Amino acid sequence: MTRKWTAAVALAAATAMLTACSGGGSGAASTEKVTLTYANWSEDQSPAMEQIAAEFEKANPDIDVRIQTLPWTEYWSTLQVGAAGGTAPDAFWMLADHFREYAKGGQLVDLTESVKSAGLDLGVYPKAVTDSYTYEGKVFALPKDFDTNGIWYNKALFDAAKVAYPDDSWTWQDVQDAAKKLTDKAKGVWGIAAPIDPQGGYYNTILQAGGQIIKPDGTASDFASPASVAGLKFWTDLQAAGVSPTLKQLSDTEAVSMFENQKVAMYFSGAYWAFRFHNNAGLKGKVDVAPLPQGVKRATVTSGIGNAGYAGSKHPEELKKFLAFLGGTKAAEIQAATGTVLPAYQGTQEPWLKAMPEFDLKVFIDAIDYSVPLPVAGNAAEWQGLAAQYLAPAWDGAKPVEQAAKEYQDAVDKVLAKR
Amino acid sequence: MTSTTTTPARRLGRRRAGVSEPGAGWALVFIAPAVIGLAALYLWPFLSTFVKSFQDVPAFGPATFVGAGNYTALLGDEEFWKAFGNSALYTAIILLGVPLAVVLAALVEQAGRGRAVYRVLFFLPVVTLPVAVGMVWRFIYNGDFGLLNTVLAWFGVHGQFWVADARFTIYAFGVVGIWMSLGINMIILGAGLQAVPKDLYEAASLDGAGRVRQFFHITVPLLTPSIFFVTILSVIGALQMFDLIFVMLRGVNNTALADSKTIVYLFYEKAFVQFDQGYGAAVAIVLLIVIMIATAVQFRLQRRWVFYG
Repeated sequence: MTRKWTAAVALAAATAMLTACSGGGSGAASTEKVTLTYANWSEDQSPAMEQIAAEFEKANPDIDVRIQTLPWTEYWSTLQVGAAGGTAPDAFWMLADHFREYAKGGQLVDLTESVKSAGLDLGVYPKAVTDSYTYEGKVFALPKDFDTNGIWYNKALFDAAKVAYPDDSWTWQDVQDAAKKLTDKAKGVWGIAAPIDPQGGYYNTILQAGGQIIKPDGTASDFASPASVAGLKFWTDLQAAGVSPTLKQLSDTEAVSMFENQKVAMYFSGAYWAFRFHNNAGLKGKVDVAPLPQGVKRATVTSGIGNAGYAGSKHPEELKKFLAFLGGTKAAEIQAATGTVLPAYQGTQEPWLKAMPEFDLKVFIDAIDYSVPLPVAGNAAEWQGLAAQYLAPAWDGAKPVEQAAKEYQDAVDKVLAKR
Repeated sequence: MTSTTTTPARRLGRRRAGVSEPGAGWALVFIAPAVIGLAALYLWPFLSTFVKSFQDVPAFGPATFVGAGNYTALLGDEEFWKAFGNSALYTAIILLGVPLAVVLAALVEQAGRGRAVYRVLFFLPVVTLPVAVGMVWRFIYNGDFGLLNTVLAWFGVHGQFWVADARFTIYAFGVVGIWMSLGINMIILGAGLQAVPKDLYEAASLDGAGRVRQFFHITVPLLTPSIFFVTILSVIGALQMFDLIFVMLRGVNNTALADSKTIVYLFYEKAFVQFDQGYGAAVAIVLLIVIMIATAVQFRLQRRWVFYG
C-alpha cells in the first residue's frame, strides 16, 4: 500500500517536473499577463519587429509579445503543422500565395469587425494588397508592406556601353535593344537577367501585353492566350538573342547575385532589394531604378506581406488588438525608419525614400497606380512550383513558346480543378 | 485491499501484470520517460502516418477515408517512379563508398602517429550540418564560378553545370553523400579492424603473403560483419536522402529539380507544399516497405558472404 503511494507520488512529481520544464510557468502573478507570439521569416527585419513589439507593450503593459524568427525554408511547413496541430504562433506574416489555403481552412482570425471598431480605414493600403488578403468579402490580414517592380540597372555598365539609362518612356523594344548593346561576351557581361521569374518577370510582361494570368473566376489559368504568349516571348527572345545568362547559369547563380556582381546590367525586380543594394559597398553610386517598360500598357504585379492571426489562439481579444496595432501608423513608421521595407500604410513611406536617397525609389510608389495583385487561385504555391519545369523548354528554345505555355496552362488548370 | 485471499492463479495473473513485484512501481516510474518518449515521438507518428495514408487529408479540416486510393494513384504516378529511380541510383552510388571506406580505414589504421589526424579529417563532414555541407558543395559545383570547374579547366576539361543539369545532379549528390558518410563508416570499420588478431598478419607474412594479399585474405574476410553493418546503414541512409536536394536545388528557378527528386523529397513536396498529406503519407509508407525489403534481402544474402569468426 505505502509503496504504491510512494510510486504514485513520485510519478506525479516527475510529471510536474516535466511540465515545469516545458511550459512557461504562469506563476502566481495577481494580474495574469498574456503572452502573444509573432512569427516572421526575416533576420533583417526582426530588429524592426522587436521595436514594434516594444512599442505595443508600452501601451499594453499586460500583454507580452514574443518575436519568433524562423528560417524561410522552414517557415511554411512549421506554420502549417502548427496550425493543424493547434500550436501555431498567435500572429504571423502571411503571403498572398499561401493566404487562400489558410483562409479557406478557417485558420485565420476574421478581422472585419476589428477593423471597424479600431476605426481603421482600409483605403490607406494599396488596394491590390488589401484585395489579396480578402476572402469571401472578409478581411483576414492587414497589409504590412508592399512591393512593386521596376528595372534595377547598373549605371556603370550603361556608361561603358554608351547606352542611355532607362526612363519612364521605355517600351519593350527599348529593353531588347539596350540589352543587345550592353552585352559584352568578352567581359562576361550580359544586358539583362532573364530567369523564369514570375513576380519580377513574366507576370508583369503578360499583364503589359494585355493578358491575364488567372481567369477572373479563378478556376482556370490563361497562359496560352496570344497576349500571354507575347508576355512570355519578351523573355524567351532575350534568351534566344543571348543577351542574358542561360537558365543553367541562373540556376547556379541567382539573378540578383549576377546583378550584384555586375555581370548583368538590368534586372527586373522588386523594391525589396533596395536595402540590400544600399548596403553593398561594391555597388556604391552604380545602381539606380526605373519604371518597368510599357508593352501594350503599363502594369506591374504587386504583393505584400500581411499580418494575420491564428484562429486557434488562446487570447483572441489581445491578438486582435495587436493586429490592429500592426496595421496602424506607428508600426508602419518604425518599418519605414529602419529602411527595411516599404510600409503599406499610405503617407508613411517618406522616411523609407529618404533612408536611401541614391535610388529613385519613388518609382515603386508611383507604380501603385497601375499595379495588379499577384495572381492567386487554388493552391498558388503548388502551381507556381511547376513553372520552372514546364516553361524551361521555352526558355531553352527546345519547344515553341506557344506549346510550353499550353502545357503549363494545362498543368495549372489540373491543380486548380482539385477539390 | 483484501490481501489474504490470493489464489495461486491470481498471483500468477498479477505477477504477469508486474505490479506486485517488489520495486515494480519504481521500475515503471523510471522507464516511463523512455516509453512515453518512444510512444509520442515514434509510435504515434508512425500510426498516424499509416492511418493518413488511407485518407484524403486537406491542409486543414477533417480527413476522409479513401481506401487504397492514395496507393493506386501513387503506383500510377510517373513522378513517383522517377523519384524511385533517382533514389535507387543514389543508393547504388552511395554503396560504392563502402569499399572505398574499407580501403581507407585499413590505410588509416596503418598510418601510425598521424592516425588521429586522419580520423578527424575524415570525420569532420559527419559532424558538419548537412545544410552547411550542401551550401559549400553548391559553390563547388557552380557551373560558372565553381571550384570544381576551375580545377577541371586547368586540365583543359570543360566543366558542366553539375547541379543545374538533371543529367548530372544525382551523381553530384552521390559524391557529396559518399564524402559525408565516409567518416562514420571508417570509424565502424576501424573498430572492426582492431578486433582482427595481429598474429594472423604475422603468420601470413612468415608465409610470404604481401600487404595486398593480406588485405584481401585476412582483413576483408574478418571485417565482413562490420562491412555488412555499414552496408545496411548506408542503404537506409541513402534511401532517406533529402537535405542535399533541399539545399542544393531549391533556387528560384532551378530547372533540374523536376527530374532530380528523391522519394523523400517527393514526400516533402506532396505533404508540405501541395498540402496533400494523405498522398505524402502513402509515399512514406511505401518508402518504409522499400527499406524493409532492401534490408531483408541483405540479411538473406549475408549468409553467403559474411564471415562470423
